[in-house]
Amino acid sequence: MLGLSQKDTRFLFIVIALTLLTPFLLNPFPTDSALAQFNAGYPALMQRFAIYGLMAIGFNILFGLTGYLSFGHAAFLGVGSYAAVWMFKLLSMNVLPAIIMATLLAGLFALVIGFISLRRSGIYFSILTLAFAEMSYRLAYSVFTPVTNGESGLQLGLKDPRILDAPLTSASLPVPGLFGLKMNSSWTLDLGPWDFTFNVGYYFCAVVAILGFYLSLRIFRSPFGLMLRAIKSNQNRLNYTGLNSRPYTLAAFVISGMYAGLAGGLLAAMDPLVGAERMQWTASGEVVLMTIVGGVGTLMGPVLGAGFIKYAENIFSKINESILHSWFSWLPDGLEDAVVWIFARFVGEGWHLTLGLMFMVIVIALPGGLVEGGQRIARFLRRKSDDSAATTTPAE
Amino acid sequence: MSILEVKGVNKRFGGLQALGNVNLSVKEDTCHAIIGPNGAGKSTLLNCLVGKLIPDSGSVVFDGQSVLGRKPHEINQMGISRVFQTPEIFGDLTVIENVMIPCFAKRDGSFRMHAYEAVHQEKGIIEQAEAILADVNMLDKRHMHAASLSRGDKRRLEMAMCLVQEPRLLLLDEPTAGMARADTNNTIELLKEIRKKRRITMAIIEHDMHVVFSLAERITVLAQGTPLVEDTPENIKGHPKVREAYLGEAQV
Repeated sequence: MLGLSQKDTRFLFIVIALTLLTPFLLNPFPTDSALAQFNAGYPALMQRFAIYGLMAIGFNILFGLTGYLSFGHAAFLGVGSYAAVWMFKLLSMNVLPAIIMATLLAGLFALVIGFISLRRSGIYFSILTLAFAEMSYRLAYSVFTPVTNGESGLQLGLKDPRILDAPLTSASLPVPGLFGLKMNSSWTLDLGPWDFTFNVGYYFCAVVAILGFYLSLRIFRSPFGLMLRAIKSNQNRLNYTGLNSRPYTLAAFVISGMYAGLAGGLLAAMDPLVGAERMQWTASGEVVLMTIVGGVGTLMGPVLGAGFIKYAENIFSKINESILHSWFSWLPDGLEDAVVWIFARFVGEGWHLTLGLMFMVIVIALPGGLVEGGQRIARFLRRKSDDSAATTTPAE
Repeated sequence: MSILEVKGVNKRFGGLQALGNVNLSVKEDTCHAIIGPNGAGKSTLLNCLVGKLIPDSGSVVFDGQSVLGRKPHEINQMGISRVFQTPEIFGDLTVIENVMIPCFAKRDGSFRMHAYEAVHQEKGIIEQAEAILADVNMLDKRHMHAASLSRGDKRRLEMAMCLVQEPRLLLLDEPTAGMARADTNNTIELLKEIRKKRRITMAIIEHDMHVVFSLAERITVLAQGTPLVEDTPENIKGHPKVREAYLGEAQV
């Protein structure tokens, strides 16, 4: 179905179901309970899961399939965001033209950077992409300030032309929307002690991310995807088999750049304020981390990695010393202070330390990322059930 | 009718004259062996034929067209396939995927953006790949990872990848180097069968005289970058100059 094998179709439907049920799945704890701060089912975070998941899916088409490690994908994210905000300013507050423009412009940008960077491979390719992204970041602060508005960031204004929209009647800034559906509007479902939030912006991002996932699934299973995997495996053999690896890698680079641009457009659609720091190398490194943590070259891995890192970033950074004190108040006073002091280094502003430790554990113990972890658990459970089946059979 | 015509090819690496005025003509539907002691320039010559190296002067004409200045993938698309000294295969892919890639290259050319088709629906390509795997007795291993194959099977797989393209000329760079005797004999049988069944023109570089005299119909002897003689295996065996330069005191 949908040009997929039976197994992939089932896989796709599972992903769709999980994505649509996210507001439930990420809100397992009742609102008033002590564990409620571990809930991730609030709109801003769910949106980020979908958006960065989408970006990591695209990054994986380049890095996971061809093995070319780009350290400059944040540049495309930034270009997408700027393009989207300019569409909001000039054309309309409708998100569709904004994200289409974001994707196209990022694709064009990726074509230029990819054409130059792909003349080299390995570490030299990575350095070239990093250099281009850092140049874009610096230029956004200097030469391009008329476009990017420099350090204060690009934002909407009351005097923007917005030629397709009706003139503003109120004195407040308009909100991006989809034919009347405002991106920031939410509907809350009270179910006993639980509150579940359904947000228009999240569902819009989720639908786009599902489409992106479906497209990436098709690419993975296509002859084109086969060629990309062949490039990673043995580029020399590919060339002596009559295939030109250059256009294949360039196509993969542009496609992944367009995914990043689309993600940038969605970020701007959720919150139409863009600063140049979105293009900084730490942002490029983040998507590399997401892909590695989740599982390079696997379909689901990048999405899991993106969720994992965004969850750690948002949840661990919220925990502060007073929360820790309330957790450890049952300890004797001196011990309580010591324990809280130690844990405080890993939460709040120190959440990067937690992330770093988790990253090290995953890379050392599970080189295949979270997906490999899941596979190992599945294999272990299967073996266990096989064993019990084997012991019961002779008894019959 | 010769399919490959090498004329006056020179190649220097710094102070070393690797190839000096090499002339070579490979006739269609023959197996032509190029032999010579270590450092005679055999591999350099082969690399000049497939676009890895560009000769300093001279011409290399394949089927009426010059190959000089063309990239490896273009030369392959003209009809020259190459088997490497150590098998070059796609280790991370399965055996059948390894063979499907050259099938795609033959059908679609050096680049096609077929990102929206599905590999599992390419019935024609799959049939083609399975047929060639059956020919080299590897059909039962088609879902194995290529990296986990034995050395002999890797060689068979690489051969299958070249054959499925139906090349006009198959270049073999020491196809039995480092193989045990039994594997060597298997490879000889495989190559003989290919010659008989498919009538593919072959140019083979080889150290092992047993392999050369089992397969070759013409032999060119290279020494110090220059061709010494070109003749039939029978005449080469007894040729005094060849004995002196290459075979030495070895009994052939």
